[in-house]
Amino acid sequence: MSTNHMTPEETQALIQEVLEVYPEDAKKDRAKHLMVNDQEVEQSKKCITSNRKSLPGVMTVRGCAYAGSKGVVWGPIKDMVHISHGPVGCGQYSRAGRRNYYVGTTGINTFGTMNFTSDFQEKDIVFGGDKKLSKIMLEIEELFPLNKGITIQSECPIGLIGDDIEAIAKQTTKDVKKPVVPVRCEGFRGVSQSLGHHIANDAIRDWVLHNRDNDAFDDTPYDVTIIGDYNIGGDAWSSRTLLEEMGLRVIAQWSGDGTLAEMENTPKAKLNLLHCYRSMNYISRHMEEKYGIPWKEYNFFGPTKIAESLRDIASFFDDTIKANTEKVIEKYRAEYQAVIDKYKPRLEGKRVMLYVGGLRPRHVIGAYEDLGMEVVGTGYEFGHNDDYDRTIKEMGNATLIFDDVTGYEFEEFVKRVKPDLIGSGIKEKYIFQKMGIPFRQMHSWDYSGPYHGYDGFAIFARDMDMTLNNPCWSKVKVPWLIEDEEETAVAASA
Amino acid sequence: MPNVMIRIKDNGALLFYIAKKDQEDEIATVEKDTDDEWGGKIELTDGSEYYIDPITPRPSFPTTLRFKRA
Repeated sequence: MSTNHMTPEETQALIQEVLEVYPEDAKKDRAKHLMVNDQEVEQSKKCITSNRKSLPGVMTVRGCAYAGSKGVVWGPIKDMVHISHGPVGCGQYSRAGRRNYYVGTTGINTFGTMNFTSDFQEKDIVFGGDKKLSKIMLEIEELFPLNKGITIQSECPIGLIGDDIEAIAKQTTKDVKKPVVPVRCEGFRGVSQSLGHHIANDAIRDWVLHNRDNDAFDDTPYDVTIIGDYNIGGDAWSSRTLLEEMGLRVIAQWSGDGTLAEMENTPKAKLNLLHCYRSMNYISRHMEEKYGIPWKEYNFFGPTKIAESLRDIASFFDDTIKANTEKVIEKYRAEYQAVIDKYKPRLEGKRVMLYVGGLRPRHVIGAYEDLGMEVVGTGYEFGHNDDYDRTIKEMGNATLIFDDVTGYEFEEFVKRVKPDLIGSGIKEKYIFQKMGIPFRQMHSWDYSGPYHGYDGFAIFARDMDMTLNNPCWSKVKVPWLIEDEEETAVAASA
Repeated sequence: MPNVMIRIKDNGALLFYIAKKDQEDEIATVEKDTDDEWGGKIELTDGSEYYIDPITPRPSFPTTLRFKRA
């Protein structure tokens, strides 16, 4: 392996050095969020603190509860209208940014990329927005009659002025005879988007999940659901094909390219397959308790993890499915081996640093390793202890793990660890590119994708190669600095 | 008095999950664990202890129960 591996002591020293500039209190607080990985540790809570309020004054990239509910969990449900209830900005600036692909005719029977908002004005804050809300819902019903339901995604002012959106929702449900779901995801709740996921899950539990409990359903023993795949760049589609080739029937997608009917039918499934643990474990646990549906976490990044996950899923079913699974893996072997043969020589030994959201800081590690790359640092924006528990085993010893890392810390870590590639979001992208370091957005796949499944792996490998081996990186330094270096070199050799 | 969801892990052990704390730990020992009664003092693998009045008959898992700190 490469010689620039750090020892645990070196990594610890690096953390200390980076923390040095902080005032005493901030230093003490931030130290709890940074750790040196040790695979021996069974419980992350002993060495890292997570899901805590970010300190005022440090640069964090976290979102809010509204982002977690409207942007992540509810937004991709394509045949419902999601009203951003409150001032216009929250909805408009988050509109269609997440690239949750779906099939349908936008504005007719699907509404994913549209922005519906109650556009609060001063008078609505002063006199309340209840009347406006019921009026716009009736308007929506008239203008978009093919919608299957409406959700009310609260923005901050709704909670502050105390509007009773639950009462409006109940009344409108009676008027339009469709589910109307009030979601109390005001942005100020919680410390990050993570609580928004939880609130959205609870809203599904309370207002949607039981709607078809007494309806007949033509079930098969092979009914599964994909939970926590948001179909970014088509991820859920490239996952779904694999499950279907195994002989399973996917009866619901949560929530990428998903519909209200699929959500309502989920309790009829035999097994819930959970990709994004962070955002949808709540509803999976609920269904296990209420309906007795077991759930399994899986990972569809990179051939090693895909094969592992497919076999794990198959172990829940009979021998036909198990045999099919081996056939599926065999079928794609030539394809993914060709990808590895092509890109591994170009990427081998390269070191990656990640800082992303819900599942990717640990899930994509296997895909990088399949290409001979190594993840030397990883961290979650809004992970909890249970995420870090699952991460420790995936990461190498003495690697860096950071929670809710600040802009300053991230930059310093990068300067010192010198990764060959960084995977994070749009807010980090241009800083690191200007520092001359190859960068991929790992939230939106940098407008590429899908990355899930065997099909996705080929695209993932190509994208990483395209970024890392792009000739532009040698041109980033300005000419006068290059000359300076040459002069010093000449002076030194003289 | 945390609300605790208890589910059966893949390895057969009982998993003690407190949503509010994101705590996921296996149950190491249960004071009373027979076919017609379950509960009493419970110790987790991380060493912490909880108490619940014994439940009859033994509940079927997964289920949510209310524990006291022991």
